Formats: sequence, C-alpha cells, structure tokens
Amino acid sequence: MTTTTFPATVPVTTERSSLVKAASDTMAITWRNLLMLRRVPQLLVFSTIQPVLFVLMFRYVFGGAIRVPGVRYVDYLMPGIFAQTVAFGSINTGVGLAQDLGTGLIERFRSLPMARSAVLAGRTAADVVRNVLVVALMVSVGFIVGFRVHTNAAGLLAAVGLMLLFGFALSWVFALIGLATANPESAQAAAFPLLAPLVFASSAFVPLKSMPGWLQVLAAHQPVTITVDAVRALVLGGPTLRPVVQMVAWAVGLIAVFAPLAVSRYRRAA
Amino acid sequence: MTTNHAPHDGPAIEVESLTKRFGSVVALDGIDLSVPAGTVFGLLGPNGAGKTTTVRILTTILQPDGGHARVLGLDVGREPHAVRASLGLAGQYAAVDEHLTARENLKLAGWLTGQPRASARARGEELLERFDLTAAAGRVAGTYSGGMRKRLDLAVALVHRPPVLFLDEPTTGLDPQGRGDLWELIEELVAEGMTLLLTTQYLEEADRLADRIAVVDNGRVVAEGTAPELKARLGSTIIDVGLADPAAAARARVLLEPFGPAEIVDGTAVEVNVDDGARALLQIVRLLDRERLEPETVAIREPTLDDVFLTLTGRRAEASGGAAPDTNDRGRARRRGAQRGAA
Ligand SMILES: Nc1ncnc2c1ncn2[C@@H]1O[C@H](COP(=O)(O)OP(=O)(O)O)[C@@H](O)[C@H]1O
Ligand SMILES: [Mg+2]
Repeated sequence: MTTTTFPATVPVTTERSSLVKAASDTMAITWRNLLMLRRVPQLLVFSTIQPVLFVLMFRYVFGGAIRVPGVRYVDYLMPGIFAQTVAFGSINTGVGLAQDLGTGLIERFRSLPMARSAVLAGRTAADVVRNVLVVALMVSVGFIVGFRVHTNAAGLLAAVGLMLLFGFALSWVFALIGLATANPESAQAAAFPLLAPLVFASSAFVPLKSMPGWLQVLAAHQPVTITVDAVRALVLGGPTLRPVVQMVAWAVGLIAVFAPLAVSRYRRAA
Repeated sequence: MTTNHAPHDGPAIEVESLTKRFGSVVALDGIDLSVPAGTVFGLLGPNGAGKTTTVRILTTILQPDGGHARVLGLDVGREPHAVRASLGLAGQYAAVDEHLTARENLKLAGWLTGQPRASARARGEELLERFDLTAAAGRVAGTYSGGMRKRLDLAVALVHRPPVLFLDEPTTGLDPQGRGDLWELIEELVAEGMTLLLTTQYLEEADRLADRIAVVDNGRVVAEGTAPELKARLGSTIIDVGLADPAAAARARVLLEPFGPAEIVDGTAVEVNVDDGARALLQIVRLLDRERLEPETVAIREPTLDDVFLTLTGRRAEASGGAAPDTNDRGRARRRGAQRGAA
C-alpha cells in the first residue's frame, strides 16, 4: 500500500480576488452558453418563427380590421411584437437551466471552486446576447413589412435597450421556474400559461380601449403593456419619461425579487 | 485567483457518523470512513446503498443532516470553497457538455477552476493525449461513445491537478474493453500519489483498484478491510453444485459444510465458499461420488458483490450483477434522454 507521497495541500482563496473570480466565472459560463447557441442555431430560428408568423398574420390578415387612431397599424404593431418575442424568448433561460440540471452539469459546477452566482449570471447574460440577435432580427423583419421609426436612431437604440432589460428581468423569473421544475418540458409548460395572458391581455396587438372595462384596468398596469407603451413612445414619439421610468421600475422590481429567489433556489437545488 | 498552500497531516478524507435523509428515506445511517493520503479507498455496495450520497456530501454538493466530513482537514460544510479547490469529481453520470468539444469542455473546467489560460491549455492537451482523446478533441462530446465520455469526464475532473479525486461508479455501463482502459488510467493516476475515493458495485473493480474497501448497505458500513481481508472472511472461490432435488441438496449441504460456508440456493443447488478452489473442487467431486450424490452441474467462480452480501448480511444484493438502475437513476436517465431528444 502506498503512503503519503502526494503533497497534501490546502489552497486558500483571498477575499480580494473573489469578485474578480466571480466575474471571470460568469464570463466562462456566458462563453459556454453562447457556444451552445452557435452549435444549435435551430434554437434561435425556432424562437423567431412564431413572432415572424405573428407579424405576417397581424400585418396582412387581422391588421386591416384593427383601427388605431393616429398611427399606421404596422408601426403600432411592431413594438408589441418585440415585447412578445423577448417575453417568450426568456423561457429559454429556464429551459436551459433545467437541461443543465438534468445532465448533471450543474452538479459538477457545484463541486468546482467557482462563484455560486456565476451559473445563473452567465445564463442570463448569454440570454441577453441572444436577445440582441433576436431583437435585431425582428427589427429587420419590421422594416421589411413597412415599419418605420418616427423619432430617430437614438430612440430606436433606447427602445432596444429597454427590450433587453425587459428580457433580462423575465429571465430571472424563468430561472427560478427552471430550477424549481428541474425538467425542460415542465419549465416550458409552466411558462406558457404565465406569459400568454400577460402578452395577449396587453396593448401589444390592440389598443386597450377595445377591451372590456375590467380587463382594461388589469391590462393597463401589467409589465408587458408598460414596456410596449414605453417602446412605442421611444420609436413613435410622445412623452417618454413617464413610461420609461415605469418600465425600468418594473424591471428592477422583478430582478430584485426573482434574482435572490433564483440564487437561493440554485444553492439548494439537488 | 491567489492561492497559498497550507500543509495537512492526517487522513486525506475523514467521515464521522455521517447521516442524511431524503424525506422518509434514510440514505446515510451513520457512515465512518478514514482514507490516508495517497491511498485508494473503495466504497462497495449495491444500488441505493448510499454511495453517491456520501460522495455528494464529500464534494460539498449536499449538506449532511448530522456527523462530520473533512477533506484534507477542512470541514466540507464550513469551508466548502477551500474543499472544492482541492478535489476533483467524476460523478456517476458523465457530466460533460454535449454541445462542446472535448477541448472546450477542458477549457471551461480550467477557466472555472481559476487556472492561468496558457497552463490550462497545456494541461488540457496533455490530458487529451493521455486519455486517448486527441483525435476526437475537436468533435462535440454528444458524438462520443460511453467510454470516451467517461474518459473526458475524468480528464475534466483532473484539469486543476486536485490532490483528492472522487470517482462515483467510474465504469458502470461500460463494456469490458472500456472498463479495462479506464482501470489502467486510474492505476496511473494512483501511481502518481493521488488520494482516490471510488465507489463501485463490482467486487472485481474494488479488488483491483482499492487499497482498502468499505462494504456499504442501507447507509451503513457493514465491513471494512483490504481486499484479502474481506475475501478471507468470504472464501476466495465459490463452487456451485447443482443437484437433482431439494432432498439431495440438503444432504450435499451438510457434506460440503467442512469445506467452507455452504448455502442452498434456488432449492436444488449448493454454493460453497472455499479458499483453494482447485483442490476443493477435486475433493468435493470425490466426496459426492463416494456418497452416491450425482451432481447435475458443477461450476467454479470468483465471488461477486452478491456473495459478499450474502455472507455479510445474510441476503442478496438486489442488483445482482450490478448494473440495473434504481428508481432514482431511472429518473435521471429519463431526464437525460429527454434532453437529448429536445436538442
Ligand atoms: N435526491 C434524492 N431524493 C430522494 N431520495 C434520494 C435522493 N438521492 C438518493 N436518494 C435515496 O437515498 C438512498 C441512497 O441513494 P444513493 O446514495 O444514490 O445510493 P447509491 O449511489 O449507493 O446507489 C436511495 O434509497 C435513494 O433512492
Ligand atoms: Mg450511486
């Protein structure tokens, strides 16, 4: 039998380095998730097929029947489509985490000397990058079907920024759902009934005025409506400060509630 | 990451009265282990014995309900981060990223364990070479065979040169060729002085690789010792005599008792644990012939985990032969299958 020949050593991490390490770990996980996006580009394609179909349907089929005072319907529609795309795309965060739990990858991560927050931060960061691609694609689709920005490029950029913030906030909600279900299909299934009412009972496709009164009240105060209204203000004109501040407050609130919940769920996930 | 190294004397792994429950299931019911640095320790037991739970606690993935676990003198519950820096883990299922190539999997592990980029790359290439993965290194791991995945998983666990390595059922599910390859790799690592804790359902594997073995059952250590010590309690060879009917079997059992512990199995066969197989076989055949007990079959074989169990606990290990997944394993397998299906 062998006796001690290996230097039995105990590495000790210093405090100073732990923030740098957390940032580096987050970058590593982001890199890995983005590689995945490159390896399985179908995921990106599938997640844009549905919104593209919606653009075609609402632009050319229902659009003629929907009257929005003072604005061409295609210009009214596209901010709604952006929000819809980003909202449904954020399910990806939960599905991805559930997959990583299932394959035992997260189990391995938990045995590594890495920052506890990095797996979630790296996942949501990669999903922001993913959203940049998705939103750019949807803006292009919009231009093709006749969407025009009435303000200026800065307005459009600010609108894109808001969409990314919106997606980032929702990602934390779905991170929690993905970790809690620990199963990609369940995460997907749990997400739809949550998102569908938010997206469809909003100002995304039709003006709130066309809805029954009780629904108008609900729809007016939920995050999708507020986001869509802020984006419309930025690209179509009108007062921007109030809707943008409201939207940012919603996003910060969602992150403040769901990020700690997701991180604590991650710590306990077995 | 800045690290400095404090020396540690004493056992590399120490476990005292470790307990863990999952709801009403008692997974660990007071486990004690002590593994000297530079040695190989085998946890041998059937499905559901508590092997994986023990490994998950030692690798800081799971918190125990009671007891203590230390790696290199560090308490896994109190100083998990320092413990993680000194351990490598290859779990029961190869946890490699299917969408990444072998090289990328190794790069990710080097990055996350805080290795300088250049030395991590060199270490990665060295491991690829050593684990015979260089030719496949640029292919995504999803295209690998079971044996290649297991080798990559082991390579990933070694990127940061951990002094203590945990291998949870490293060869379960591999064909004999793949198992032999992995055994050789593990023996090389051990020769370099690593401390290794491995779990297995195969007596042969524990026998070949481990300096000391603990047999676990229902979350307890039921026997511990070197392989020769355990076998001495067991007899090193099993002779299996099939007889015509239960009455003949009962007579034969009494006759064969002097050769070693004898049991009736399946009503009409007698199994005897003997020390010197060839000599005992000859004597047994002669004796039966003299007593006019005509055996229908006579077989001679090495003891299995099942035999260890029968001797130690008086019952059979449920998963005889070992590879049948329990319900817990099946749940994971299903999720993994679903994941692949979705990709
Ligand atoms: N996460 C879990 N939830 C519930 N029960 C579990 C969990 N993990 C293990 N168990 C149960 O604990 C016992 C020990 O399991 P495990 O340590 O995986 O055994 P082994 O690795 O030896 O097959 C089994 O009865 C198993 O079903
Ligand atoms: Mg196990």
